Amino acid sequence: MARRKFRIYRGDNEQGQLTDYNVDVQEGMVVLDVIHRIQAEEAEDLAVRWNCKAGKCGSCSMEINGKPKLSCMTRMNEYKEDETITITPLKSFPILKDLVTDVSWNYEQNERIKPVKLAPEAKTDRGYVMYQKDVDRIQEFRKCIECYLCQNVCHIIRDHEKKDTFIGPRFMIRVAGLEMHPLDTEDRLPELKKEFGSGMCNITRCCTDVCPEHINITDNGIIPMKERVVDRFYDPVTIMARKLWGPPKKKLPPIPEELKKG
Amino acid sequence: MDISGIKTIEHDVLIVGAGGAGLSAAIEASSRGVSTGIVMKSLLGKAHTVMAEGGMAAALGNVDARDHWKIHFRDTMRGGKFLNVWRMAELHAKLAPDRVRLLEEWGAVFDRTRQGLINQRNFGGHRYPRLAHVGDRTGLEMIRTLQDHGIHQGIQVYMECTGLDLLKNEQGEVNGIVCMWRETGNFTIFKAKSIIFATGGGGKAWDVTSNSWEYTGDGFAMAYEAGADLMDLEFNQFHPTGMVWPLSVKGTLVTESVRGEGGILLNSEGTRFMFNYIPDRFKSETADTEEEAARWLAGDQNARRPPELLTRDVVARAINDEVKAGRGSKHGGAYLNIATQRSAEDIKRKLPSMYHQFKVLAELDITKEPMEVGPTCHYFMGGIRVDADTTMSSLSGLFACGECAAGMHGANRLGGNSLSDLLVFGYLSGKNAAEYAQSKDSHSNIDQDQVVAIIKNATAILNRESGSNPYLLHEELEQNMQKNVGIIRTRETLEAGIAGIETIKESYQSVRAKGASQFNPGWHEALAMRNLIITAEAVARAALMREESRGAHTRADFPGEQGYWHQYNIVSSKGDDGQMHLRKAERKKPDPELERIAKSTIEDLEKEVAQERTTVNT
Repeated sequence: MARRKFRIYRGDNEQGQLTDYNVDVQEGMVVLDVIHRIQAEEAEDLAVRWNCKAGKCGSCSMEINGKPKLSCMTRMNEYKEDETITITPLKSFPILKDLVTDVSWNYEQNERIKPVKLAPEAKTDRGYVMYQKDVDRIQEFRKCIECYLCQNVCHIIRDHEKKDTFIGPRFMIRVAGLEMHPLDTEDRLPELKKEFGSGMCNITRCCTDVCPEHINITDNGIIPMKERVVDRFYDPVTIMARKLWGPPKKKLPPIPEELKKG
Repeated sequence: MDISGIKTIEHDVLIVGAGGAGLSAAIEASSRGVSTGIVMKSLLGKAHTVMAEGGMAAALGNVDARDHWKIHFRDTMRGGKFLNVWRMAELHAKLAPDRVRLLEEWGAVFDRTRQGLINQRNFGGHRYPRLAHVGDRTGLEMIRTLQDHGIHQGIQVYMECTGLDLLKNEQGEVNGIVCMWRETGNFTIFKAKSIIFATGGGGKAWDVTSNSWEYTGDGFAMAYEAGADLMDLEFNQFHPTGMVWPLSVKGTLVTESVRGEGGILLNSEGTRFMFNYIPDRFKSETADTEEEAARWLAGDQNARRPPELLTRDVVARAINDEVKAGRGSKHGGAYLNIATQRSAEDIKRKLPSMYHQFKVLAELDITKEPMEVGPTCHYFMGGIRVDADTTMSSLSGLFACGECAAGMHGANRLGGNSLSDLLVFGYLSGKNAAEYAQSKDSHSNIDQDQVVAIIKNATAILNRESGSNPYLLHEELEQNMQKNVGIIRTRETLEAGIAGIETIKESYQSVRAKGASQFNPGWHEALAMRNLIITAEAVARAALMREESRGAHTRADFPGEQGYWHQYNIVSSKGDDGQMHLRKAERKKPDPELERIAKSTIEDLEKEVAQERTTVNT
């Protein structure tokens, strides 16, 4: 056990300051444990969000020594014993109080995305047919726990305050997960190009670096989506093909004989 | 007190709680054209459902075609030691497959079989591979699917809003609820023609728990305060495998899928001890040699299931016994080893979040080393007493579903039956609460005095000059429950537990939260403590009353199931004197056909199901 130094932001969006706390840290503790101890012993009204405490819900996002992280998965032994640890709220969102920010903008983005619409032809009496190899790549995106660390670190949102022009990495992969769904029949590319601002991302991969689920946001999600936008709206061959024959029909996974109706 | 400035929001149906059950209920209610709102303590998508790992049980028969609702029903009743409400277990087994397939239609992307259908895995107490799953993050898939579907269904979502207490009209029907916004500390009256509680359990009453801060028995206590019956509160499931080290994560869940995928339990002497703990009821269906267990893992359909996949009550007690006998692991648990059973690649593919969780939190590689695990408080089988078909509580207008409702799981829940419970009974609650609301022409008037009393109770905590610290009071309750109302109970410990709760109740009268009302966790903790104390009292008193050992309720002084107690549920309610009253409520006689199915031998039932199928096909 060792006594360690912490500086935590206390205040709201208008005013606040870093307050010093000293805490006894035991083996195995994570940063969230430290915050809980401060709450119980010194600052009962210190505001923080958390739920699962196992990296599965994405509630306890904050900036620890300037790095966006989940506090429940950040072990104290990542830091030197004499190092003062500074904890501040996510920078890209308005502070409600202390470490709690207003993340409602993210929920608004999600509502703009058209929901999944599965091809009725793929449905059998036993459910829809799709194969593991068809879903592997979208299951990666569906690991997202909506911690919004990627949204927080994306420089378009963080530094340029362009929340109105870019939907952000989290929702780029949400769109990718729907567009790459083997049975989905909806088309989201027009809005991806225009309203969602897929062209804004210049692939600095900051989002991928902070993802606690290790989702390859940029390479597996954003880049393929940007490519689809380019193909659709800028490639003269595809543009001509669409004019002549209409939008290409999605090839659905084959239904095994024994599952076919009749 | 002038409350004219307090905002009122009206809905036909209001749902409290936004986990799998609440969201399912909201989607169903809204689809019936009634104005639907849902309030939740956290942000949308963060409820405890997100932590569920293993899967949802449904007799889809995608992996083993022999599966059938009758066999799922039989497994559920046997797992629940026949104390389940028969009709609920029947509805659950019959409706689960369609609800799971509907989830797929709404966008859930389950792991697939070779045929391209939803894949299913083995789990404790289930005869066949039955759990539809996505790796070991099935709960996340479920909540995200319901969330992403739900936001397009016209449901009004109220986040970070805490229910304080119910309101009733002159006829005694529930007609609203007073809530507090966590951000501002302001109050709002929600008027509703019907209210659905989907508030989860109360696992935060124990020190070692897999539950998050939200699990403070709010639904139990609000229903109780309003006069509803609670039932079966003595049945608290201790999940056999929680983390035991490091201390700061003690209790965090280690999914049963580790055992479903072949993981074995060992004591400090290297003995696979579960072979010594097979109850008579399960002897004919459980492997009795390591050789047979290995054949089962390799896919031999004639081999019986390994004893690690016995029901949770049995495995939790076995680990507890091994530790007490001095054969525990280094930090006082058992060793759970998957490394010797599966390839590293398989483990990372099937159990990715377990791999990650141990790597980060315990600096341990589960593909190389065994985990250390021990029992952790996980789930409430008991809760608000409801009608099986309508899910309405004993209070008109109040419905309940999911963990906060009693009856479905009896004395012990099977793993995987919770997520399917959320889908099935969430749906039934949504349907019935909407129909109930449609039968009412208008909202009834809110009694201002009730509102004033609720708000005064809440603000008094902030206005006190001095008083007890809510965090320390909570710790005291946790220690008391852990010590006295744990896995193994006796009259002595339970009486000590009740005495402890009485003392805590006294201190609670003067609980005080420092600071202002804006996003004040100390105040939130103090408000939740009222609910947790009521929950703890109901658990301890019911546990004292039930003088037998059944499922998750173990009385060292009354070993074994007693025929007498099989006839009763213990029901608790608030008396006119303000005290908690407990009574034995005689159980309804089961439908003879259901009783026959549940009590058939597995061989007979398998034959029956196979014959039915042949008849249908010819």
